[in-house]
Amino acid sequence: MLRLPSVRLGGLVVRRASAALSSPVRMASHEVSQTVDMSQPMYWDRVDTPLPDRRYKDILTDSEKSLKQKEKGPWAQLSKEEKIALYRMSFLQTFPEMKQRSDEWKTVMGGIFIFLGFTGLLVWWQRIHVYPQRPHTFDPEWQEKQLQRMLDMRISPVEGISSKWDYEKGQWK
Amino acid sequence: FQNFASRLSCIIVCFPAPLASRCYSHGKVETDEEFDSRWVTYFSKPDIDAWELRKGMNTLIGYDLVPEPKILDSALKACRRLDDLASAIRILEAVKEKAGPHKDIYPYLIQELQPTLTELGISTPEELGIDR
Repeated sequence: MLRLPSVRLGGLVVRRASAALSSPVRMASHEVSQTVDMSQPMYWDRVDTPLPDRRYKDILTDSEKSLKQKEKGPWAQLSKEEKIALYRMSFLQTFPEMKQRSDEWKTVMGGIFIFLGFTGLLVWWQRIHVYPQRPHTFDPEWQEKQLQRMLDMRISPVEGISSKWDYEKGQWK
Repeated sequence: FQNFASRLSCIIVCFPAPLASRCYSHGKVETDEEFDSRWVTYFSKPDIDAWELRKGMNTLIGYDLVPEPKILDSALKACRRLDDLASAIRILEAVKEKAGPHKDIYPYLIQELQPTLTELGISTPEELGIDR
């Protein structure tokens, strides 16, 4: 006789399952990294989503379980420490702890500058050891003779360089 | 509640409440009172379950506003029905965060919620010393 599973409609059961973590598995000669079972309710600390899908501590010690029982009664009877303990059972970090600033930016900027510096060294080495010699056609004397030749040939006489030279007076216009 | 206007809820009288509504060609804009009463009703459900509380709170915190004290009051009472003190404290932390740079909103909320906090025995994060 088949036992039909009961279907829950509407309200959902608060799942007490923790996100199942599989321990590192040794396959062949290497380890597979830990995987988080994303099909289970997850825990998170986020300021924009304050209540995660599950409590932080799933497996409670006996003292924690008895505190949970006490929580069912009037809360005024709980001491401050008990209230804090209940909070920490459900949540890993408080809001101020979540929002703590870190010094990570210093590491990032430092890394950026180190790599920029290293790149600079590479560029410098390249300029010395890779680039060929500066062509002699860049020398000022050569450039003058080149320009004179261009003017003599009337290069770009309409709107370009020769149009800017006054041939009668022998100077730039 | 797919269509919701982004606005500041008028908590303190001297602050104006700009209502920047979406540009519908037709369609009613929900008033602040309607919004508030809808949420109070949501959290007032007698047999609200933990999922509904979480979903409601997370959605409410997602809006661009700080919830009115009466909505929070209803939510805290829902926490009581669910025997969940931790979530009640978390809600107080979350609304303090929502106020952002407006440092005077949270003390006002606590002042308005004090009767409920005392009645239910909820300590604020400040009282517990976890606000640092």
